Amino acid sequence: MEALPNTADAGMTRPRLIDDPRDLLRHFLGQGYRILAPQERDGVIDPAPLTEPEALPRGRVDDQGPGHYRLRDGDPDRWFDYVVGPSGWKAWLYPARRKLWSAERTDDRLTFRDATTAWPKTVLFGVRPCELAAIARQRRIFAEGPYVDTAFAERLERSIIVVVQCARSAPTCFCASMDTGPRAVAGYDLALTELPADHGAAFLVESASQAGDDVLHTLGGATARPRDHAAALDLSRAAAARQTRTMPDDIAGGLKLRLESPVWADIASRCLTCGNCTLACPTCFCSDVEEVSDLSGDHAERWQLWDSCFNSDFSFIHGGPVRSSPAARYRQWMTHKLSYWHDQFGSSGCVGCGRCITWCPVGIDLVAEADRLMAEGTD
Amino acid sequence: MPAEAAISGSMRPQPYRVTEVLRELDDVVTLRLAAEDRAPLPFRPGQFNMLYAFATGEIPVSISGDPSRPDELLHTVRRVGAVSSALAQLERGAVLGLRGPFGSHWPVETERGRHLLFVAGGLGLAPLRPAICRALARRADYAGITLVLGARSPREILYAWQLAGWAAAGAMKIHVCVDHAGPEWGGPVGVVTSQFPRALDGIAPDRVSAFLCGPEIMMRHGCGDLEHLGIHPERMWISMERNMKCATGLCGHCQFGADFVCRDGPVFRYRRVRRPLGIREV
Repeated sequence: MEALPNTADAGMTRPRLIDDPRDLLRHFLGQGYRILAPQERDGVIDPAPLTEPEALPRGRVDDQGPGHYRLRDGDPDRWFDYVVGPSGWKAWLYPARRKLWSAERTDDRLTFRDATTAWPKTVLFGVRPCELAAIARQRRIFAEGPYVDTAFAERLERSIIVVVQCARSAPTCFCASMDTGPRAVAGYDLALTELPADHGAAFLVESASQAGDDVLHTLGGATARPRDHAAALDLSRAAAARQTRTMPDDIAGGLKLRLESPVWADIASRCLTCGNCTLACPTCFCSDVEEVSDLSGDHAERWQLWDSCFNSDFSFIHGGPVRSSPAARYRQWMTHKLSYWHDQFGSSGCVGCGRCITWCPVGIDLVAEADRLMAEGTD
Repeated sequence: MPAEAAISGSMRPQPYRVTEVLRELDDVVTLRLAAEDRAPLPFRPGQFNMLYAFATGEIPVSISGDPSRPDELLHTVRRVGAVSSALAQLERGAVLGLRGPFGSHWPVETERGRHLLFVAGGLGLAPLRPAICRALARRADYAGITLVLGARSPREILYAWQLAGWAAAGAMKIHVCVDHAGPEWGGPVGVVTSQFPRALDGIAPDRVSAFLCGPEIMMRHGCGDLEHLGIHPERMWISMERNMKCATGLCGHCQFGADFVCRDGPVFRYRRVRRPLGIREV
């Protein structure tokens, strides 16, 4: 599990117990924060602006499998037994479409002006541990390299992250094997653990930052006891133990030795190259640019939009695309995600959220394909 | 902390004015550019800029002038797609947008005392020219300089006027071959690799440092042949071409294995890219 930077002496406040997560939401609303929190909409649970604490999808659970996602009723008293929806937080921190700059042509001059983006102080409420890891990995790319996406960095800097630790794993979850969950240990401001019904208290609230400490101080509630911590850890261990998918340990090095495996063509025979996996992936960051001009011919804008390495135009140079075959495009995605990401950014590009499995229309299973590739011989 | 943040400033071009348009070939021009309201842009041989044609788009173009004359910022452009065609149609006095310079460079300075072999295919001479200029300016630093240039036909030889000048000055040996030619052509006909034995005749291969730029298939075969002739893969460099949108390693388009061509390249040591070069559609 990886950490987003915190101030040195933060996270020193003792964890508390609260009965109702809506108390936390009311606190933030009272402080003038915008809250983004998972809500049910269009048949999925995904983050959206929350103005009414009752809007949390209490008692709802997501059934997920390869190419499958359905919401159903679960235990009506449980608040957070669903896991992750298709869009997650990426669409908020790194919008799918945004203006970069505009250009004006006047007489014989050209003037460029940066576009700006507004981001009120915001609470990202209900971030799952795998999603926290995904945010950290995008932050590594956008905010910690030689060139900085200042909008992404500012959004994150102006956000308070409230994690919800996972008590339940979907069949598509494999965060335990990616070491990103189901329990986050750092990198958040606050983390909630929804304790079992028979435990007595409902939520353990932990802080890992100064901002988190400040909230804990004003929140009230009993100080957590060792048995509350133990219950929280048991819960996470049980959620990990229920995961059925495990990414092969040696996948990063192993894929490099299998670039010419016949398995790629086999995957490609099923892959529609629709790009759903890349859009749903919380770390995929590729983008395209688009030129927009008006009828006067004196005003132009540069827009950035998400792109996918599954699009044939993605690798286009004069003469045609470098990766014209679906096999080459799937290989690009998978080798980048699971192997070259380590060389580029020092970690895997996969956080084990399982979205690419759930949202693949033909149910291609990343972990199963990784297993098959590793079972084949090397090139 | 501002409530409004500028979106990535590294994506915003600066205005540059076209001070001269040199017609090189039927579909190739060289634009001489000068910054509007700012100092000349220092660059290293092999680096590129993102050139923006107003209301059309932006493409990566290698800097093709002399690095000791950054005030004469040259870019050679072939009309291929919408943006390169718009750039090639610009006239003297027009304004375009420019970001850069980006990327790695030809390491000619570190190859002192060695024999420099430049191998160019077609427009591949444009990204190599700054390195050749740099080497010629410090001719005494090198055991020798050789250029092997391949073109499709005699009328498609880039910078022919300059090749004549370089040859006349006697500071470097130049071998030019073409894929096909009429009877007026007195030189060799064939692929660029066919010139290697002649170009390297009498030169110890372990003293050669090679710099190749051209179509990927030319560089792949070129490096393979040179390796076969005894030049070490550590002492060969090529300049890769991939789709680019940002030039800052953020858009993902130019990935080549673990490398971003815009940031880790475009100039790569051959040894580093030898394996992926040999695999289709990487």
